[in-house]
This record gives sequence, C-alpha cells and structure tokens, in this order.
Amino acid sequence: MTRLAAAVPGIQLELVPNGSPGNPASLVVDPAQAVAAAVFLRDDPGLLLDHVSNVTGVDWLDTVLKETTRVKQVIDGVEREVEQTTERRKPGYLEAVYHLFSMARKQGPVVLRQRTANRVDKVHVASLTPVFRGAEFQEREVFDLFGIVFDGHPDLRRLLMWDEFQDHPMRKDYVEPDDYEYEPTPHDEVLDKARRHYPVGATP
Amino acid sequence: MDEGLRSELSKQGVFTTTLEELYNWGRRSSVWPLNFGLACCAIEMIAASMARFDIARFGAEVFRPSPRQADLMIVAGTVTKKMAPQVVRLFNQMPEPKYVIAMGACAISGGPFKQGYNVLKGIDRYLPVDVHIPGCPPRPEALLHALMTLQQKIAAQRLTGPERPPHARDDAPAEFPVPQYGPYDLNPPHNPEVWQPAAVVRDEA
Amino acid sequence: MKPELDEDALIGALSTGEVEPEGLVAGPAPALATLPPPRGFELTPKSPAASAADGEVLEVAMGPHHPSTHGVFRMDVVLDGERVLRLKPVFGYLHRNHEKIAERTTYLASMPYTDRLDYFCSLTNNWAYALAVERLAGIGVPERAEYLRVITAELTRLLNHSCLIGFLLHDMGTMGTPLMYAFREREKILDLFEALTGARMMCNYMRFGGCRVDAPAGWLDQVRQVVDDFPRFLEEFENLITTNEILLARSQGVGVLPAALAISASVTGPMLRASGVDYDLRKVDGYGFYPRFEFRVPLGDHGDVYDRYMVRVLEMRESLHILHQALRDIPDGPVLDPKAKLRNFRPKPGEAYGRLEAPKGELGFYLISDGGPNPYRYRVRPPSLINLTILEDMCRGHTVADAVVILGSVDIVLGEVDR
Repeated sequence: MTRLAAAVPGIQLELVPNGSPGNPASLVVDPAQAVAAAVFLRDDPGLLLDHVSNVTGVDWLDTVLKETTRVKQVIDGVEREVEQTTERRKPGYLEAVYHLFSMARKQGPVVLRQRTANRVDKVHVASLTPVFRGAEFQEREVFDLFGIVFDGHPDLRRLLMWDEFQDHPMRKDYVEPDDYEYEPTPHDEVLDKARRHYPVGATP
Repeated sequence: MDEGLRSELSKQGVFTTTLEELYNWGRRSSVWPLNFGLACCAIEMIAASMARFDIARFGAEVFRPSPRQADLMIVAGTVTKKMAPQVVRLFNQMPEPKYVIAMGACAISGGPFKQGYNVLKGIDRYLPVDVHIPGCPPRPEALLHALMTLQQKIAAQRLTGPERPPHARDDAPAEFPVPQYGPYDLNPPHNPEVWQPAAVVRDEA
Repeated sequence: MKPELDEDALIGALSTGEVEPEGLVAGPAPALATLPPPRGFELTPKSPAASAADGEVLEVAMGPHHPSTHGVFRMDVVLDGERVLRLKPVFGYLHRNHEKIAERTTYLASMPYTDRLDYFCSLTNNWAYALAVERLAGIGVPERAEYLRVITAELTRLLNHSCLIGFLLHDMGTMGTPLMYAFREREKILDLFEALTGARMMCNYMRFGGCRVDAPAGWLDQVRQVVDDFPRFLEEFENLITTNEILLARSQGVGVLPAALAISASVTGPMLRASGVDYDLRKVDGYGFYPRFEFRVPLGDHGDVYDRYMVRVLEMRESLHILHQALRDIPDGPVLDPKAKLRNFRPKPGEAYGRLEAPKGELGFYLISDGGPNPYRYRVRPPSLINLTILEDMCRGHTVADAVVILGSVDIVLGEVDR
C-alpha cells in the first residue's frame, strides 16, 4: 500500500477492515486515480496482479444514524438528565468491488473498491476494462443491475435485461413487478401481496 | 362400427378402421418435437432422447431445429421475461396441429425462481399448455410419460362435432399475441384469452 | 380475436429490412440495440457502402433459439459472405435472478439454487458455495467429507468433460454419435449421484461444514467400478475421434487464443490451460485435500480448439488418477462438522471470496454478511460468462461454421452465464 501511494502521486487510499477472520481487508481507491492504481497493481513486479477474477457491485442504502446523548436540562426548575435523540442521515453509495489475483506469481487476492458519491445522480466510477479485459462483461452487468456508470468502458450497454428496461434490479430498494397472484401457502411478504390481490369477502 | 363385429373381423384377418382413427394414429405415432432447450430441463430432454431412455420408441426422436417442421414444443426450462416473446413467436411459427408440453416446475409456474423479477410465472400465461410435467427437473421417464399422455390426448381428439380440437376450428386463435418489452415488465403481462388469475376467495378473521 | 400477424415472423428465415448505413461502421452498435427481438434467424442486408470488404455485409442474429448455441445464447454476427467480421454476444435470455433471490433467503436456502447455475456440475457449484461460506464463518470440514467432496467433484468433471466433447463434436456435424457415447457414461455417473444424494442432476449435497449424508453402504465400491470402467470408454472414445480426420481439419488452428490475451481477459479453466498457462486452482489454492493427491495439469501448446479438446481428455485421465487415490485413502468418520449450525446460521459481519476449479473454470462466490440470516450481497463469479469475453477475438476471420465450433469449445452453460 505504501508502494502504491508512492507510485501514484496524489492517490487517496483507505483500508477497509474485514470483519470476517482470515479474509483480506480491502482497499478503497478514489475513482479519479483508479486506473493508475490498477495499472500499478498489474505491472508492479512484486505484485503482478494480472487476473481480475471478480467484479461486482454492492448497494449500500442511505442509513439513518440515531445518536442518543444524555443532556442536562432544566425542566420546571429541576435539573434533570434527559435523553436527546438526533437523527443524522448518512447518504448511501454504490460500490464496485474488484478481486485481483496474480496468475504469474500465484497469489492474491487484493480487493479493490471504488465508491460513488451517492446512489442517485453521481454514480460514476472509472472503468478498469482498458486495464483488465476480463472486466468488460462484469462491468456491463454491474451497470445493468446496479446502475453504476463506468467511465471509459468501451461498450457500456445493458447485459442481462432488455434495453428498454428502466430500473436497476439488484439495488436494495428495487420494487419488482407485482405479477404473481396466487400462492398456496402465503407467508410474510407474499401474504401481504395475497391480501392486496384478494380482499376479504371478495367474490370471484 | 359395432365393436363386436370389428373384433370378429379382426379374428378373420380383416382389419377395419375409421379415417379419424387412422389420422390420429399417424399423428400420435410421429410427434416431432422442436429442438428447443431453455435451461436445466433441456439436459434431461436430451437424456430422454439418448440411448438409455430412447424416446424413439414413441416416434418422437426427430428433434427439429426449425419450428416449421415441428408438432410439439417442449418448453424445457425457465422462461424468462426476456425469452418469452421469442417462445411465443416460435410457437406462432409452428404449423397446426401443434401441442405444448410444459416441462418442469419453472415452465409451469416459475418454480424455484418464481420470485425473480425476470422470470415468467408459467408459460401458460401466453400459450395453451397440453401437458404439464412437475419436477425440478423431471426425470426422463416423466417426459416419456408426458409424451404418452399427449398421445392419448391426440388419440381421443374428434375431428368433427362441437369438441373439435383448435386446429379444426375456425374460431380458435391461430396466432397468439407476442408480448412486448416494456420499461418495467412485459406488455401485456399475460394473455387474458389464454390465462386468467385463479379465483381465490380469502376468508380471514 | 385474431392478433395482427407479424409478417416477418411468417416469412421466417429470411427478412429483408431497410438499409441502415450507420451502425456497422463505428460506435457501440446502435443498430443492434434498436433491432426488434430476434427470430430464429434474421438477415438484414447492409448497404455495400458501409462494408469495408467486397460484397454484401450481413447482420445475423444467431439465437436465442438456435440449435448450435447450447441453449438460449444469442450472437449478433456481422458477416462478409461466410466470414465473421464482428460478433457480439447477447445475454440475459436465462437471467433467473439467482443473486437477488439468494439475498432474500437464508444462507442454507441458497444451496439448492446453486445446483441450477451450471446444471451439469451441481456438485462443484455446491462445493464452491460451501467453501465461500466456510471461509466467511470459519467452519472446518471433517476428513471424510473432504474426500467425498473430492470424489464427487472429480466425477462431475468426468461427466462434464465427456458431455462437452460430445456436444463439441455434435457441433462439428457428427449428428450425435459421440454424444450418445458420452451420455451413456453420464447415466452411469448420474446413477452414482442418485444413490448418494437422491437426485440425478440437482444434487444439493454439500452443507457448510461437510456433506448432507454419508455414502450408502457399497457406494464406494460402485464408484470404484465406474472409475475402473471409465478408461475403457475413454480409449474407445479416443479411438473414435482423437485422430479423426474431420476433427483435425475442423479444429486445428481454429479459434487460436494467445496466452497473453487469455490472461488479460480473465479466462480460466481448460480454456486457459489449452493456451499454455499453468493455472489450476486445485494446485494454486490447494483447497480441499487436493495437495494430498498427486496429479498433473495438462497444458496446450497452440490454444486452438483441438488443444482445448485434448486438454479436456487429458484432464479426465488425471481425474481418474485422483479418484483412484481418493477411493484408496478415504477414511471413516463423520461427514458433517458437529459444530456446524444449519438452522439460525448467522455469520459475523464481514466478507469472503471463495473460489474453486469447476470443470468450466474458476467458479467464485463473493459473500458480504451484515450479521443477519441472509447474505447482504451474494455474487457468483461465473466462469462461462467471463470465458466468453474473447469469443469475438477468436471468431473474427473464421467462418460461421467455425464460430459454432469455437463457441462449443468454450464450454458454456447458459444457466451460469446468465444466472
């Protein structure tokens, strides 16, 4: 990581720890320097990470952080300790995750992450397809299912859904078309759906 | 013709039949399926045509790549919404009389993938299905059984009278509307002439 | 009500459309994107002005219903006569939302869905997923279970490679004869799977921390018998086809994939090794008990279709070698880690990437846990999809008939390509 910081001037790096034991931490890289970082990782003789195994997206929703603080207030002339809750909205983001391995040195993985600014309009990250050809279809898939726009991708079209489709189905807040009507043993969400379709007392 | 007379004649070495029976016998003994695999079930369909199960015993080993030469569409596997227009179009291109076997849970109802956003919840939303085969995937024996069921169905078809099969009637639809890709779903989501949602009355406290 | 007839659909095979001069020359194929959904075979003549070569340039959508595309795969091919000028694969006709469904269900409930990814090799899919979850939660696997995993995975490899070669030769026009031989052997292996797991294709056998059930009495002897018989089949098969003149003519020098391009495009599996790159995850990662077994990794020289065929044949022989050792050494004992939790399984927050050498290439599962019963993110790294990245590079300049053979040699299964 220090070598990477030395090789690419002005790079912003952040190391994200992994909660799962025995699994590698990941490296968050700013989209502006992502291509330079990737070229370094690929060509550095000590790393030679030439095999991009997996490219995927992750959708992190907007989270509402509730902070509870105890403050002393004077109420009715008596000083009391009162719990005060402040809500802070933390904007969510989309994340493109790359798993890099080295075929030459048979080592890895290095997990590289790029994050978008938010989930709505600033969804651009840099495409690594010019560096690793193997990312081509996977980045298209992430564009299709998550809506992350990869700048610099040679052929960014939808991969799995049809071209007229307008949503990004793998996002966590995607609402699928309500098209299954009958469930023999409804439960949970399906039960709600069944209730909406067949109101109590309605005759066929 | 009287059954007793007929069996008496056959004992004398005289074989009698009717035009209808002859016609149905010919049709049911040479059902040509469309070479049309969608997903996992297609492998079992191939296995059914291979040496151990040998679908040729039932006259149905001639898998045709072109819908123009096929009588039977075995919808073998998950029909996705992206694939559904093509399936309907292929069925429209098949000449009458034509039959559909929905093979496997996915083709019947979406099966394990029913909750997927891109999965059609059963091909019977667009096409009239003759035989359903449950299973995920159904064994090749199940496909053979379905073929025999279809053969019985063909043999029982009357060519005249009010119970004529669709291909002998003028008012039956010759083509089924091909769904279009919409911005969120297929348009229309199902063909109301073929399929309506099951009527369920819920009584809940 | 009679619906309006689609005239083009009725004409069927050939339909002549309007001439669109743009679309062929440059840009990310707007013409293809705006085409109506394909019919079985669709031809749209392009204006001669747009073509670089002499004669007429055709744009053909091969698939999604095409007998040679191994399922619902579609290739938009631009042809100059019989030569392929450009080829764009189109996916998604079997996109079954595996990942979305898996993010809504518990970890264990995704296991049956992994069977249906690559429906030839359900047991290696199971293993890859179990491996990722075991890595995420830090679960150990008993020794006998590891041996059973190796045995089932290598049987799967035998099954997949023999069927693939059958399909490949089917694409070359053998009209099913090698395929019938291959399926005869497949049925024997499927009988073993059925005895072990209860299902022919969708085995659903692995669990996190072992396998679901132990092998029934006498099962290992049956495996031994099949394994002992298999070389006879392989020799018969090879006598039939390896030096067959037509196979040599159709496959040597066709679809050459240089090693540098293969590495850059993340190609894995027998395709990569046919190009001469020594990268077998059984050796590299050494997952399971593979370091205990002695086996060699066959490599190709030229990276053409014939090498891909030959690498697979040799891999089957090495698989038999592994199977002999595994059947000799398999110990008694439990098959499921007693500490493994099947119900109410909630791994700690974190992420893990588990991968193994599936018959088609590197199959990976990437899981992010947020501490809940469902994975927060569940991702399958499909080898079939990524191996198709270089399909265009391999097919360019060859004829359509060769493109079909090259596609056959990539070894794709659409359930895994589209998921």
